[in-house]
Amino acid sequence: MGEFILLMISAILVNNILLIRFLGNCPFLGVSKSMDTATGMGMAVIFVLTLAGMITWLVHHYILVPLDLTYLRTIAFILVIATLVQFVEMVIQKTAPPLYEALGIYLPLITTNCAVLGVAIINIDEGYDLITAIFFSFASACGFALALVLMAGIRERFALVEIPKAFEGTAIGLITAGLISLAFSGFIGLV
Amino acid sequence: MVSIRSEFTKGLWTVIPPFRLVLGLCPTLAVTTTGINGMGMGLATTFVLIFSNLFVSLLRRFIPTQVRIASFIVIIASFVVIVELVMQAYFYQLFKVLGIFIPLIVVNCIILGRAEAFASKNNPLRSLADGLGIGLGFTLSLLVLGSIRELLGAGTLLYYSATAPGFHVMWASFEPFAFMLKPPGAFVALGILLAFMNLISQIQAQKGGGR
Repeated sequence: MGEFILLMISAILVNNILLIRFLGNCPFLGVSKSMDTATGMGMAVIFVLTLAGMITWLVHHYILVPLDLTYLRTIAFILVIATLVQFVEMVIQKTAPPLYEALGIYLPLITTNCAVLGVAIINIDEGYDLITAIFFSFASACGFALALVLMAGIRERFALVEIPKAFEGTAIGLITAGLISLAFSGFIGLV
Repeated sequence: MVSIRSEFTKGLWTVIPPFRLVLGLCPTLAVTTTGINGMGMGLATTFVLIFSNLFVSLLRRFIPTQVRIASFIVIIASFVVIVELVMQAYFYQLFKVLGIFIPLIVVNCIILGRAEAFASKNNPLRSLADGLGIGLGFTLSLLVLGSIRELLGAGTLLYYSATAPGFHVMWASFEPFAFMLKPPGAFVALGILLAFMNLISQIQAQKGGGR
């Protein structure tokens, strides 16, 4: 159990997927303008990433490896993820309308969120077993949600301050992200 | 002819990614620790972008609208696999440095964005020009950002590997600014560069308004 806790802390704080590994930055800057959208996106990513991490692991070890097709990993994974996202969207729409209301518009965006494909590839490259891969995917997604919500909290305050004209919008967002990333660098050496 | 040239040149300034089109940030931030790495990433992306634009455009009448996104992704992914295998065979050093970001070209929003917004609506020649322009614009941005970070963070330019160390351009007592090579430096450098470009546009707009 101890190693799983270490893995969680490492994935959430030390090697934060957004701030240190640089995966999933487009939604990070795109949907972090208000707290509500950031929370919605964070939840949707936690849900899809954990599922995708598990399924891509199974596809890799039970389909691609036996058939000796590992060089097609990129195509196979992206198709699995795209199908999964579509499928999750339909299932949630039928079974849990309130959840769909909350997550609906973020789900299609997740297909092109490189965090999902990135974590699936890291799981394979690092040689994780199934349980570790699921834990790692879940923890990475939590790290994503944490960074996104932190960022949204700060960006909401931008409405109240005066920002030099040239820095408005994405530029100040990037510099804020840099400062959050600097704060997260303080966790290096924790694990 | 004029329109094809304008499709090409718009990618180099008016919509230059990732500054004007704020897409494809992950590779931009992650691999620009040196100018050469940035350029390698840019060229790999350009290759995929040119061919995906060409094929999406050629097939635009055959792809049903309902499944277009999935079809585009399959086209893009095929070229990414080609790039991955070619780089592994001939540019192994770069392949190792760029690592996970080569397969992740598949989900680079610039490529899917151009396929959806441009190539699926225009003829192959124009799509090719668009892909080439946007791709080279992206390469240029990555080269500039990478060079700035490399210059301030290590004091060198065009460093590739231990056997091809590039040039030491800073003075002898220059203390490298290691922050620039770390992840936070990437965000801050890109933010400042973007603000700088906004400033240039504002000055241009003011001049235009005064006339």
